[in-house]
Amino acid sequence: MSNANTAVHGDHHPVDPNVPLEYHEEENSLRVTGFWLFLGQDMILFSSLFATYIVMHGRVAGGPTSQQLFDVTGFTIETIALLFSSFTCGLATYEMRRGHRNAVIGWILVTMALGLVFLGFEVSEFIHDVGIGATIQRSGFLSAFYILVGTHGSHVTVGLLWVTLLVIQLLRRGITPATARKVFLWSIYWHFLDAVWIFIFTVVYLTGKVI
Amino acid sequence: MKPKGRRVGGLIALIGFTVLALTGCDSPKYWPVLSPQGPVARSEYYLIIYSFILMLLVVLAVFILFFWVIIKYRARPDNADYVPPEIEGNAKLETLWTVIPILVVIALAIPTVAVTYKLVYPPKVEAATAKVVGKSITIDVISEQWKWVFKYPAQNIETVNYVDIPAGVPVNFQLTSSGPMNTFWVPALGGMEFTMPHMDLRLWLEADHPGSYLGRGAQYNGRGFAHMTFTVNALSPTDFENWVKSVQQTAPKLTQQADAQINQPGLIGKLTFSSTTPE
Amino acid sequence: MHGVVNWAVHFFMLDEGPLIWLSDFLIICASLGIVAVLTKFRLWKWLWDEWLTTVDHKKIGIMYMIAAILMLFRGGTDGLLMRAQLAWPNMHFLSADHYDQIFTTHGTIMILFMAMPAIIGFFNVAVPLQIGCRDVAFPYLNAISFWLFFFAAMLFNLSFVVGGSPDGGWTSYPPYVENQFDPGPGENYYLVALSITGIGTIATGINFLVTILRMRAPGMTFMRMPMFTWSVFVTSVIILFAFPVLAVALALLLIDRDFGSHFFTVNGGGAPMQYVNLFWFWGHPEVYIVILPIFGLMSEVISTFSHKRIFGYSAMVVSMVAIAILSFVTWVHHFFTMGAGPGVNSFFGVSTMAIAIPTGVKVFNWIFTMHKGRLEFTTAMLWSLGVIPNFLIGGLTGVMLAVPPADYQYHNSYFLIAHFHYTLIGGTVFGVFSGLYYWWPKMFGVLLNEKLGRWHFWTFMVGFNICFFPQFFLGFMGMTRRMYTYPAGYGWGVVNLISTIGAFLMGVAFIIFVYNILWSARYGERDTTGDPWDGRTLEWATTSPAPHYNFAIIPTVKGRDAWWLMKQNGESINGPKGVPFRPIHMPNNSGRPFIMSALFFILGAGFVFQWWILAIVGFVGVLICMAQRSFEYDDSHYIPVEEIEQTEAAAGRL
Repeated sequence: MSNANTAVHGDHHPVDPNVPLEYHEEENSLRVTGFWLFLGQDMILFSSLFATYIVMHGRVAGGPTSQQLFDVTGFTIETIALLFSSFTCGLATYEMRRGHRNAVIGWILVTMALGLVFLGFEVSEFIHDVGIGATIQRSGFLSAFYILVGTHGSHVTVGLLWVTLLVIQLLRRGITPATARKVFLWSIYWHFLDAVWIFIFTVVYLTGKVI
Repeated sequence: MKPKGRRVGGLIALIGFTVLALTGCDSPKYWPVLSPQGPVARSEYYLIIYSFILMLLVVLAVFILFFWVIIKYRARPDNADYVPPEIEGNAKLETLWTVIPILVVIALAIPTVAVTYKLVYPPKVEAATAKVVGKSITIDVISEQWKWVFKYPAQNIETVNYVDIPAGVPVNFQLTSSGPMNTFWVPALGGMEFTMPHMDLRLWLEADHPGSYLGRGAQYNGRGFAHMTFTVNALSPTDFENWVKSVQQTAPKLTQQADAQINQPGLIGKLTFSSTTPE
Repeated sequence: MHGVVNWAVHFFMLDEGPLIWLSDFLIICASLGIVAVLTKFRLWKWLWDEWLTTVDHKKIGIMYMIAAILMLFRGGTDGLLMRAQLAWPNMHFLSADHYDQIFTTHGTIMILFMAMPAIIGFFNVAVPLQIGCRDVAFPYLNAISFWLFFFAAMLFNLSFVVGGSPDGGWTSYPPYVENQFDPGPGENYYLVALSITGIGTIATGINFLVTILRMRAPGMTFMRMPMFTWSVFVTSVIILFAFPVLAVALALLLIDRDFGSHFFTVNGGGAPMQYVNLFWFWGHPEVYIVILPIFGLMSEVISTFSHKRIFGYSAMVVSMVAIAILSFVTWVHHFFTMGAGPGVNSFFGVSTMAIAIPTGVKVFNWIFTMHKGRLEFTTAMLWSLGVIPNFLIGGLTGVMLAVPPADYQYHNSYFLIAHFHYTLIGGTVFGVFSGLYYWWPKMFGVLLNEKLGRWHFWTFMVGFNICFFPQFFLGFMGMTRRMYTYPAGYGWGVVNLISTIGAFLMGVAFIIFVYNILWSARYGERDTTGDPWDGRTLEWATTSPAPHYNFAIIPTVKGRDAWWLMKQNGESINGPKGVPFRPIHMPNNSGRPFIMSALFFILGAGFVFQWWILAIVGFVGVLICMAQRSFEYDDSHYIPVEEIEQTEAAAGRL
C-alpha cells in the first residue's frame, strides 16, 4: 500500500507520519476534502429548507399551528439523545486514533442506539401528528415541517445504514487507512447532522413553541 | 484598410439610421413601447432611450477598438517573422477600463433609482379632471384561465376582457389571480406587473388622451395564454361618467352561472355586468 | 382487453397525431440501427469495456460532448419547430398544447442537457491535462456524474413520446404546474430528470474543486493556473452553492404533485413566490455556470492564436471571482415585476448593472491580449472572436434590462428572448464551438477541417444575428414569449419571418458542422505532434489523444503558460533525460456507475408515473449499488513500467 500515493493523484505530496491515519494516503486525504465540500452543499440544501420553513411557518390554512402541535418532552428527549450520540461518536474517533478497534465498534454501537432512540421519537411524533389529522397535505406549514424535519431524519437513517456497513468492515479488516477514513467521514457526517438538529431545535421547535 | 473619411461616414450613417428607426417607431399601434401614451409609459420610455444611448456608446467604443485590433494585428504573409512581445498587463489601462464602466453604471443607476421610486406613486392629475372623476380610480384586476376580469368596487361594475378608464386620471389597478400567475401589460400605457393568487399588487397607469390600447397577459399560464388579450378604452372624464351610468342602468347583474363560466378554464368574449358579486 | 389497448394508445400518445408517430418511427429506426451496427461489427464488448464502464476523464469528456451535440440537435429541432410555427400570423402547424411542450423542452434541454454537459465535457477534456495530473480526484464519481446526466436526459426526452412532455416552461412556475392546472406525468418528467442530473452536477462540482485544489502539478501555484482551469474552479464553487437550492425547489414541487403537500399551491397556505425565489437563486448563478468556463476557454484560445500571453492575468482572475460573487446577489432581477418594492428593485437593479464592470474588464483584456499580437484566424479563434461582439450586445441589453422601470416593459417580451439568446448562444454556444474546434485534436487526434469550419462559423454567425436581432424589435412591438400564435395586424409577421429564416440558417450551419465531423473523421489531418496550435498550456504537451495515464512523469511547473515555457527552454515534458519511470497507479473501470444510474432512471420513472413499486425497486437497487461500493477495496491497478516505456517511445518522448 505504500505505493498508493504515487497514484493517479501524483507523487508530490510527502506524507507527514504525525497526521492521523485517515490522511496517510493521498487518495484518502482527497476524499476527506471532498466530503467536507459535500457537507458544504448539504448545508446549502438545509438552508433552503429552513428558508422555506420560515416562509411557510404562519401558513397554517386553518389547521394546527406549531404551538398546538409540538410536544416539549418528545423533542427534548430527541435532542438529548442526538447530542449524546455526537459525544459518543467523538469517543469512537478518539479510540480509532488510539487504534482500539473494539472500543471503536463499541462506541459506534452506543451511537447507533442513541440514533435509534432519536429516530424512534421522531417517528412516533410523526405518527401521532398524522393520527390527529396534521398530515403533510393539511397546510403549507405542515408540508414544510415534515419535509425539513424529515430530511434530517432520513439523513440520520442513512447514517445508521452506512455505519452498519462500516462496523462489518472494521470487524473484517481492522483499522487501516481506508477503514479509518471511512469511519472518520461518517463521524463528521454525524456531527454535521447534530449541528443541523441544533438549528431545527431552535428554529422549528423552540421558536415554534413560542410563536 | 479603408480611408478614414469613409469610416467616419459609415459611423454617421449608422447613428442616422438608428435615430431614424427610433423616430419611425412612434405609432402606438405597431410600437406601443416606443410611443408612450401616458406618464408611466413615458418615464419608462425615457429610461429605455437613455440606457440605449449609453449602451450604444459603449458598443461603438468597443466595436471600434475590437475591429481596429483584429484588422491591424492579423497574421499576414509579410509579418510571418514577427514575434509578439509578452506583455503582462498594464495597471494604468486596466484601471481606466475599470473606472469608466463604473462611471457608466453610476450614470445609469441614478435615474434608474429615481424612476423606480417615482413609479410607486400615482402620476400627477390636473385639477379640472380631478373634479369630474376624483383624483384617482381603483380597479381590481383578476386574471383567470384565460380571461381578464375587471371589478370597479366604487362603481359596482364588472367587465371581462376590456376595461374603460377615464383619460388623464391615474388608475390604481389592484392585481390578483384566481389561479396561475400572469402579468398585466398595457405596453402603450406602461410596464407590466404580476398577478398572483392571494396577493394584491398595485400598478398605477394613466392615459394622456382618449383612445383604445391593447393589453395582454405576458406570463404563460396554459393553453389559452396567447389569446389572453384585453382592450383598454380611455374615455374623456365625462364620457367615462356617462359609461358608468349607462352600465349601472342597463347591464345585467352578475349571476352565479355567469361567474362560474368565467371561472372555468376557457376563452370568452367581452362581457359587462352591473354588479361585482354573483347573485 | 379493450381497456388495456385504450390505455396503451393514450400512454404512448398514439392519439396525438403525426408528429408523435414520426418521432416514434425515428426513435425505433435509430435504436434498431444502433443495435444492428453494434451487433454486425461485434462492438458490444468494446462498447462496454471501453466506454460504458470507463472512469477515464478523457473518455467521459468525449461522451459528454457527444451527448451535448445530440441534445443540441434535439433542442435545435424544437427551436426550428417553434420558429416555423411563428413564421407567419395565424399559423396552426402546431397546436397550442404541442407548442407549449416544445418551448418547455427547448429551454430545458438547451440549458440543462446541452449547455451543461458541453461545459462539463470541457472540464473533463481539459482540466486534468492542464494542471498536469492523471485523472480527476474521484474518477468513479465522475462516471456516476456522467451516467446520471445521461439517464436523466434519456428520461426527459422519453417524455415526448411516452405520457407527454412538460408544458410549464423551463422555469416551470407554480401554481400553474401544480396538479390542479397541469395534471399528467409531463411536469413530473421535468422535475425528476432535473433532480437526477442535478445530483450528478453537484458531484462534478465537488470533484473538480478537489481536483484543482489538491492535484495540481508541483510548481503550479494558483496564480500560475491556466485561465480555463481558473474558470472551472470558480464555476465549481458556484455549482456547489447554487445547485442544492435547485434540488430543493424541484423536490418540494415534486412532493406537491406526488404527495399533495402545499408548498406552492394556490390553496392550503402555499407560497408560489417561494419557488420563484429558490428557482432564481439557482437560476441566475446558473447562467454564469455556463458562461464563465467559456470566458476561461476564450482566454486560452485568444492567447494561443495571438501568440501572446493573456493580458492582465490577475485582473482576469479577480473579475471572474467578482462575477461569481455578484451572481448570487442579482436573482430578484428576474422578477422586478412581482411587486418587491422600490428599495429591493433598486438594489438588485444596481447589483445587476455592476456585473458589467468585471465583464467589461474581461472584454478589454481580451482585446489587449490581441493588441500587438499576430492573430491567426483559425476556426477556433473565429468562434471566440464571435463571442465578443455578440456577447457584448447580449450583455449590454442585459444592463438595459437591469433598469427596473424599463424592465417592466421588457419583462417576458421578445426583447428578453433576444437578450438571453445573445448571451446563451452568442456566449455559450459560440464558446462551445470554439472549444470543440480547439480541443478536437486533443480529444480525437484529428483536426476538424478549417474550410468547412469557416463555412460553419459564418453561416451560423449570419443566421444567428438574422434570427435574434429582429426579436429585440418584436419586444418593442409588444410580442410576448410563449405565444403559440398571433393574429395579423400588429406588424409582427414580417419580423417573425425574417427571424425564422435566420433560425433555419443556423440549422444549415449545424448540418455543415456534422458534415465536418464526418469528413474529418475520414479524411481530416491527423495530429501527430500533440501540439497543433503551438499551444501554451500543459494539455498540448502530451500526445493527441493523451495516453491513458496523461503524463508518464508528473511535470514540474516553473511559471504561467507552463508548456510554452518548456518549449522556450527546450525542455521535455518528461523532465530531464534518464529519470526512470515508475509504475502508475490508476483506477479500475467499473460498470456500477452505469447500472446505478440506470436504476436511478427506474426510480425516476416510478416518481413520474407514481408507480411506487417501480420507485422502490429503483431505490433499493441504488442503495445496494452504494453498499457494494463500500465493500470494494480493490479498485485500482498499476500500469507496469514496460507499458509506459512502450507508449512513451511510440510518442517519441524517450
